[in-house]
Amino acid sequence: MIPSAFEYATPATLNEAMAMLAADEDAKLLAGGHSLLPTMKLRLAAPTKLIDLRKIGELRGVSASGGGARIGAMTTYAEATASAALKGYAALIDATSIIGDTQVRNRGTIGGAMAHGDPAADLPAVMLALGATVNVIGSAGSRAIAIDDFFVGMLTTALEEGEIITSIDLPALAAGTSTAYVKFANPASGYAMVGVAASVTMSGGKVSACRIGLTGAGPSATRLEGVEQALTGSDGSEASIASAVANAGDGLDILGDIHAGEDYRRAMVSVYAKRAIVAAIARA
Amino acid sequence: MTTETMFGRALKRREDPRLITGRGQYVDDIQIPGVQRIFFLRSPYAHAMITSIDTSAAEAHPGVMKVYTGKDLPAVPVPCGVNLPDSNQKTPPYFMIATDRVRHTGEIVAAVVASDIGTARDAAEKIVVEYDPLPVVVDAEKSVMDGAPQLYDGIDNNITFDWKLGGGDIDAAFAGAEVVIKQRLVNQRLIPNAMEPRAVAGRYDSATGDLTLWDTDQNPHIIRLLICMLTGIAENKLRVIAPDVGGGFGSKIFLYAEQLLVTTITKDLATPVKWVETRSENFQATTHGRDHVSYVEMAFMKSGKLCGLKVKTYANMGAFMTAFAPLVPTFLYGTLLSGVYDLPALRVETIGVLTNTMAVDAYRGAGRPEASYLLERVMDIAADELNIDPAEIRRMNFIKGEFPHMAVTGMNYDSGDYEGNLDKALAQFGYADWRAKQAEAKAKGRYLGIGLSCYIEACGIAPSKMVGMMGGGVGLWESGTIRVHPTGKVTAYTGAHSHGQGHETTFAQLISDTLGVPYDNVEIVHGDTNQVQFGMGTYGSRSLAVGGTALLKSAQKLVEKGKKIAAHLLEANAADIEYKDGSFSVKGSPDRSKAFGEVVLMAYLAHNYPADLEPGFEEQTFFDPTNFTFPEGTYMAIVEVDPETGTVTPLNFYCMDDCGNVLNPLIAEGQVHGGVAQGIGQALYENAVYDENGQLISGSMMDYAVPKITQLPSYTTEFAPVPSPSNPMGVKGIGEAGTIGSTAAIANAVMDALSSMNIRHIDLPLTSQNVWNAIQAAK
Repeated sequence: MIPSAFEYATPATLNEAMAMLAADEDAKLLAGGHSLLPTMKLRLAAPTKLIDLRKIGELRGVSASGGGARIGAMTTYAEATASAALKGYAALIDATSIIGDTQVRNRGTIGGAMAHGDPAADLPAVMLALGATVNVIGSAGSRAIAIDDFFVGMLTTALEEGEIITSIDLPALAAGTSTAYVKFANPASGYAMVGVAASVTMSGGKVSACRIGLTGAGPSATRLEGVEQALTGSDGSEASIASAVANAGDGLDILGDIHAGEDYRRAMVSVYAKRAIVAAIARA
Repeated sequence: MTTETMFGRALKRREDPRLITGRGQYVDDIQIPGVQRIFFLRSPYAHAMITSIDTSAAEAHPGVMKVYTGKDLPAVPVPCGVNLPDSNQKTPPYFMIATDRVRHTGEIVAAVVASDIGTARDAAEKIVVEYDPLPVVVDAEKSVMDGAPQLYDGIDNNITFDWKLGGGDIDAAFAGAEVVIKQRLVNQRLIPNAMEPRAVAGRYDSATGDLTLWDTDQNPHIIRLLICMLTGIAENKLRVIAPDVGGGFGSKIFLYAEQLLVTTITKDLATPVKWVETRSENFQATTHGRDHVSYVEMAFMKSGKLCGLKVKTYANMGAFMTAFAPLVPTFLYGTLLSGVYDLPALRVETIGVLTNTMAVDAYRGAGRPEASYLLERVMDIAADELNIDPAEIRRMNFIKGEFPHMAVTGMNYDSGDYEGNLDKALAQFGYADWRAKQAEAKAKGRYLGIGLSCYIEACGIAPSKMVGMMGGGVGLWESGTIRVHPTGKVTAYTGAHSHGQGHETTFAQLISDTLGVPYDNVEIVHGDTNQVQFGMGTYGSRSLAVGGTALLKSAQKLVEKGKKIAAHLLEANAADIEYKDGSFSVKGSPDRSKAFGEVVLMAYLAHNYPADLEPGFEEQTFFDPTNFTFPEGTYMAIVEVDPETGTVTPLNFYCMDDCGNVLNPLIAEGQVHGGVAQGIGQALYENAVYDENGQLISGSMMDYAVPKITQLPSYTTEFAPVPSPSNPMGVKGIGEAGTIGSTAAIANAVMDALSSMNIRHIDLPLTSQNVWNAIQAAK
């Protein structure tokens, strides 16, 4: 619980932050700190410098954009939950309103959670289901990363060295689309042992499209493509959902721990996929 | 001057404004100029030989004052306070710092003293320790097997004691029985997790030889006594202060290596030093609780009548034994295995086993939750097997009739009304209604469960003579001094120690009543060996029954003294003086009276005073109880099980406690709430898990599930007092009841919910995964 000594800086602009990051290869960005600071206290991480992004105005705020929404990377969970521009993204609000506790929701940021790529974080499942785009800036300029390409592995994302997430774009939801996120929380940490976000588009009594994101179960968040295919074209009834999720966990890379071993967790993927889809459709 | 009766009033705690606005003074809040900080380097191995330690780089680190290893310190082991009679107890030595061998992860290997804690930790990383790992055993049943790794030479099969208790003719009881229920039960290891981790600060004055220790503990006088015995420091030169203490739950009773190290180091360096445990250290190196595996055989007639009980328990004691450790799974456990039942015969054997894990000692309830869980869980298994309602099988077997009742365990139950308590609980908590709701829910595919637990515990710990017979190295009386100042204001000194119990409020209430002074005029002092005469501290729900009685008796002595003074002033006989509402008056002549303040002032002036009476107005009592007290009660849990996930949701929790007379119902209710939370924590969430290498897997709040408010139900708490004859207030104790009674109620509710699935028993904790696995296995 006693970190190594480190420097601390609060750049006012993105350019300043990038320069600091480029100047010190052992520096780390601070975007809330709920994951980073505990690892530093345990000395699992010992950055020389923390570059706190919280004073950079261009990273904050949520705006409506082209029918969708743009979420500044330093938007806190509490700000996202309260944002009018995000009201339609029910799955996102499901997640941001239950992450951690009040303190966490007031300090933790959406960009921070995405960059950390924790396999048990809530937002990765939601962003996968919503088909988000992650906007980043680095020394080579800006680029947009499709969410399907973003989560690479355990605590690993498509972010390159020196890149900073600036915002996350959520596309407009197609007509007839409703979303939900449900999680099976670890009784100790509150992190997802299994978390599933579903975005389901109903059209003419059928599921015309859907995206299902899974977090918590494996080394990184992933879409449940088999479930998506089985559900698409069905009538969205409980029976069809049950059938679509029956083998949802098959073939997935699943992690186990003392709270939920591999077999149990795999079984819970089906249960929570069903609950997420049912919850989404119930909102239609 | 009239004072309202304070006994029975739900006063808010006077401690709270201070504590909840951040004005508490915990050890880490104590500011000592020039203080150096200590960081302990701890073993990452559960069992290894230390082949070398090189501290030279750490000692050269800027800001480091000194680095200690085991060879720098006297090889005086910290004593275990109990030597169980007739148990062949072999107590392993517990040294301040490991020298040649470590036996659990977290054992101290070196101590770094530096200008600040960051520097101390930086330097500790420069200490090079070479270990030669040894085979590890963490499981008690495996540890006693031939061929298991051995922790100590001379402690064969890692068995530190083998304790037996019996009563009645057990063989005849089983021979005459029609049904024998056999069950293996696990009572998992728990981690106490007081909100304030351990902390010790020491300051030695080389000019006077005075040493002050600020220590977060439950019994500063015992800590002082032990330190003095081990270090040779004179008892009148060591002051131990346990200031505000943020919870203990038993884990802060014991003298640990760390307190001795801080004492030794501050004296050696003649510099103030402080150590504050990190939460990670608290998980690893503060005593754990429970950890039993028991083999139970319970014999019945088909009618449900109880014939006898045989229990064999493997108690995992960890790698060494702290102060009370051997007492917990023996005299605080086996003696409660008769419960509230008329048990004709009992045989219990507890095998204390050493393993490569942290030491196990008292944790809220200490032995009694293990006994209560075992008995109440098996009663429900029997009810299920014999097809008798759980309430009825209990009723059929209750102890009825006259008290005191000598149980087959040798415990002399002081008072109780077990059937009356159950009846009240069933009626007030709507047992029949819940059964109807359960059936309705079942029809809709929902699995509700109703669980009962009728507990008993032994509190008011304890008659000193009995403690001696159990092999304990202390007496467990308590002291209380009341000093009435010349102005009539009162300061009372208690040897009990408050670390959440609210003594500053409750003790002031009882003194106010007896002394006839306003509650606000009474201050309570505790936790400082230089202020309080002596005391045994707080644990075993003893504060009010023992410590409170000492204060009560002192107050009564003061009233008697006041009568003598008043009699002198009123020219009457002391026998004719009565004291009421703060006024001493002659019986039958209320106008001939002297106010409390006048009498007290005269005690100090002594100008017009009885010739044979000492001046001053101060009395002291050392009270040694003649018996334990035996709180009892009925708990009823309502849970719902999600059959798809195995998740148990506790919906309601009902408590009908007989803790004797209730001094402050608000505080008593708070004790029940907290205790039940910890009992539900054991039932559903908490589990201290070591892997086979002796690494603590559940070593943080990320992995060890202390229940959060969202994981707990609402409580309904009622009191059904049957006054105890063991003390003049008729109180029994309520600090541990919630923990003792609640775990079985939840477990029984879960099995009740699953009764249609042919599931007989699931071991603790009833996590989603464990319940789901049982459901799958039963399919």
